[in-house]
Amino acid sequence: MNDTLRKILAPLLFIIGILAFWEWIVWYKQLPDFRMASPSDLIPRYIRFWDLFLIKSWETLWRTVAGLGLAVIFGTLIGMIMGFSRFAREGLYPILVGFNAIPKATVVPIVALMFVGQHDFNTVLIAFMISFFPIAVSVSIGLSTLEPEYRDILRSLGASNFTIFWKIALPKTLPEFFGALKVAVTLAFIGTNLMEIVSPHGRGLGDLFDSGRISADYPLMFAVLFALAALGIVLFYVVVFLERIFAGWAERSPG
Amino acid sequence: MVSGITFRKTLMTASAHMIELRDVTHAYRTKAGPLPVLDRLSIQIPENSFCAVVGPSGCGKSTLTRLVSGLMRPNEGEVWLHGQRVTSPRPTVGMAFQNPVLLEWRTILQNVLLPMEIVKSPMSKAEATERAHHLLDLVGLTGFAEKRPSELSGGMRQRASLCRSIIHKPDVLILDEPFGALDAFTREDLWCTMHDLRAEEPFTCLLITHDLRESVFLADQVVVMSGRPAHAQHVMQVDLPGKRSLDDLYSPKAVEMLATLRHQIQVAQGRTVDDTAEAKA
Repeated sequence: MNDTLRKILAPLLFIIGILAFWEWIVWYKQLPDFRMASPSDLIPRYIRFWDLFLIKSWETLWRTVAGLGLAVIFGTLIGMIMGFSRFAREGLYPILVGFNAIPKATVVPIVALMFVGQHDFNTVLIAFMISFFPIAVSVSIGLSTLEPEYRDILRSLGASNFTIFWKIALPKTLPEFFGALKVAVTLAFIGTNLMEIVSPHGRGLGDLFDSGRISADYPLMFAVLFALAALGIVLFYVVVFLERIFAGWAERSPG
Repeated sequence: MVSGITFRKTLMTASAHMIELRDVTHAYRTKAGPLPVLDRLSIQIPENSFCAVVGPSGCGKSTLTRLVSGLMRPNEGEVWLHGQRVTSPRPTVGMAFQNPVLLEWRTILQNVLLPMEIVKSPMSKAEATERAHHLLDLVGLTGFAEKRPSELSGGMRQRASLCRSIIHKPDVLILDEPFGALDAFTREDLWCTMHDLRAEEPFTCLLITHDLRESVFLADQVVVMSGRPAHAQHVMQVDLPGKRSLDDLYSPKAVEMLATLRHQIQVAQGRTVDDTAEAKA
């Protein structure tokens, strides 16, 4: 079997196997669909709620990306401040660690109450809060561990600090940055969904999920899970794609 | 005091040296108080000559490179380059370190051309690229211009780093143990490359090294620094005329020079001649 064929066929086979097992166990146990959904129940839900799925997915998607975008901007900014100034690093680091230690699931109800009804705002806010920590830390570590020789080769020619940042520090930090972004994108997605599920009459796929929960529509809830998975995969691979473009040099060629 | 000032003024106008350190004294601030590194260090390097500085570990050799390149200013004393007092980095200086510090996201050619993006040079982009290719040929990296640093061996990276350090035609080249981390054969190879580069275009060179053979093979003048705080303990002119080959290192003259240097280093380390005699006995 050639390589590309195996790369497509192997996961496909396993997916079909797992779905078949799931279908079989629901059929064998004779579980009604208000107790457990089977894969064959999902298709009618997708057909029936297709419009809703599209609208809600879009809502979830753009709010995740907006929160992540803010996290990238502020995280990079704070990371830069911490990376270049030891004073700022020592002052900010404990605060960041403490902030990150708070489970964001507990912050969600607070934010939901604080900005009640402002669905877009509070969702983006949570997505931002949950995802900016890894970005700030990775950028600050990337910058503060820059070997002095790298700075010196440009500084000895009279280059400005900005030139050194732009030509050396920034590109050199990109691999760490993208590593953090892969974590951050997943976190932002979790944040968005938490808020969507918790805030009453919310938006996005989280709201659709909540509707399924309230009406004990298991197949709908499972259908939302699969839609979320699809969205999460797309988001993750967009980051991987960007990483290949901007930090592909960091990947060692095999052999 | 008055005579000291007039002395300095005379030198200011009449400095015939490309690199000159005058009574340079420097100390680092540490938690345990000031750590004196250099103590009235004076070195003169004529234009287009090659000076190697050797000395025991931690005697302030790297501090010396940072002072000459203008990355640091001495507490006391003066550093002069090309008849001008050094107060800040100058684009007419080239530097290479033990770590070749190539930028991994750039090709070798782009790495070599890096200084051209900082320094204002009369060279056009095309001329600089042509020069980069020429230098790469000269150091034996023909055909590697489009490769990434990760595809090169340690010795090849150091060659590329050398090309980068002279791409902008600096009049002063500062080398801080550039061959220190290489294996013996690669090192000797690169020594010869250094001679080829110098034959191609003249520059004044300050080399920091631990390797006495390297200093004798490459330099016109070897300065032995004393232990910390360091001054110039011994200055030796290397009198090996003509094109040098590695075989010259085994000539009686060179062997004698190496013995002198070894002795001077032992003195710098604080091991007196008597001590070595005792150890032997």
